[in-house]
Amino acid sequence: MKVTVCIGSACHLKGSKIIVEELQGLLQKRRLEEKVELAGSFCTGNCGEGVCVTIDGAVFSVTPDTLGDFFEKEIAAKV
Amino acid sequence: MKMRKFDTAVQHLKYKVLREVARQAWNGSLMENVLDIPKTIVPGKSPTMRCCVYKERAILSERVKIAMGGDKDSKSVIEVIDIACDECPAAGYEVTDSCRGCLAHRCESVCKRGAISFDHNHVAHIDKSKCVECGACAKVCPFTAIVNRKRPCQNACKVKAISINEENAAAIDEEKCIGCGACVYQCPFGAITDKSYILNVIDMIQKSEANRKYKMYAVVAPSISSQFVYAKLGQVISGLKALGFHTVVEAALGADMVAEAESRELAEKGFLTSSCCPAFVSYIKSAFPALEPHISHNLSPMATIAKYLKETAGDARVVFIGPCTAKKAEAQLDSVKPYVDAVLTFEELQALFDSRDLDITSLEEDVLDNASYFGRIFARSGGLSDAVAQGLKEHGLDEKFTLKACACDGIEECRTALLKKSKNVLDANFIEGMACVGGCIGGAGCLTHGEKNKAEVDKYGREAMEKTIGDAVRPLNIGKKNNA
Repeated sequence: MKVTVCIGSACHLKGSKIIVEELQGLLQKRRLEEKVELAGSFCTGNCGEGVCVTIDGAVFSVTPDTLGDFFEKEIAAKV
Repeated sequence: MKMRKFDTAVQHLKYKVLREVARQAWNGSLMENVLDIPKTIVPGKSPTMRCCVYKERAILSERVKIAMGGDKDSKSVIEVIDIACDECPAAGYEVTDSCRGCLAHRCESVCKRGAISFDHNHVAHIDKSKCVECGACAKVCPFTAIVNRKRPCQNACKVKAISINEENAAAIDEEKCIGCGACVYQCPFGAITDKSYILNVIDMIQKSEANRKYKMYAVVAPSISSQFVYAKLGQVISGLKALGFHTVVEAALGADMVAEAESRELAEKGFLTSSCCPAFVSYIKSAFPALEPHISHNLSPMATIAKYLKETAGDARVVFIGPCTAKKAEAQLDSVKPYVDAVLTFEELQALFDSRDLDITSLEEDVLDNASYFGRIFARSGGLSDAVAQGLKEHGLDEKFTLKACACDGIEECRTALLKKSKNVLDANFIEGMACVGGCIGGAGCLTHGEKNKAEVDKYGREAMEKTIGDAVRPLNIGKKNNA
């Protein structure tokens, strides 16, 4: 599974740095680092929806507050 | 009040040519209409710049060629328009009105060519057809009334790459030229100019088919904060996207990456000269080759962020937009070529906006915020040294290694520091070298140069969300395992 976090300006201002760090932490904690590949991207073209996280082509809007639920539902459950 | 877009009318003329060339290129009608561009710019029957409209148009045709990429056989990014360069008779030795009409006539006695004569007021005159510019008369005049009025281009060129050829036009020694563009900005006739890659950029944008085939990235230099002052920076970003760029990335983020790596390299090696300014690097290589091993091994901020984009963003085309003509040469280096597809100056960006009739002041404000304060202040002299100091601190290296930076702006200051270093008498362990006075904000490709530019850069630095280099750079390591 490839998870791409937008680190472009608009998403950066909405907290993509926090999303990146927490995702890295969660993957390590759950020992999913080998199964999930993280990547960064400068702008996915959905600046109004940030922070944009793309999983296998589908774009999700994630905030630092919703990250926990998002991780369980879209990453942990599907990997 | 109408805000001033350029410092000089020469820049405005160059801009008009670029704008027309770009306008025709967007319409796909450049080849058809290229010969008409000079007449579009000088339509009337009365000359406004030169002796006649025909000469004006002949020079404009040369400007059109340079706007279209110039001489493909020459690697130099700076070109002289010979026919535009013949109106500087002031070159060389001249008698000023300080001449008192004295009795001694030392100037006449010392002149081996018999070039000095006196008028009815006993004031000296130099016969230019006899004078060989030896300077002997100037040395002996007790009133220092004879001065060497060098051409503005020769005066501007601190690496002494400009001489005057048999046709009385400026000639650039490509081996010595560092591409800084000082002569381009200083020539009052606009006879020296930088080659433009504006057509390559338009072609790339068009062939990207609205970023579907590949994505267009604009990497903008932090000195942009002191430019386009008639609009908001956020509107410039919107304008770039309206032109067809997928997104805009700060070169200052590349500067953060450089500061992080350079501070480590410096602590390890004990002495470095910076590698951010391509004109400074090229100057070391041509004038102080013995110091070349001390040049930092980091790519410049432009190339560093462009490399990151090329390696992570899939099929990307990267266009750097900044104040610098030397970046155009840097982008041709084998070490940089794979990452940077084209370089534009702020002048050329203004022409691109207007070629699409884009009034950026009417656009919404987009955002640009990735880099830290330290990455952003690279745009002005001293910023790089401050960032390296911060990098040492963030790595915890400042206990072991004490930074003694020598921040030089302008080639003359750089030369002094390099000369001292080559004689081992420099009291510093880091030379920050910027070829332009003031740093990048003094670059030849800036729209305007003003007293407030440094303050604008510092303000832009303080507005950055990220306050440390590490915070700005960390998200970039997302793909690297165990590197959080």
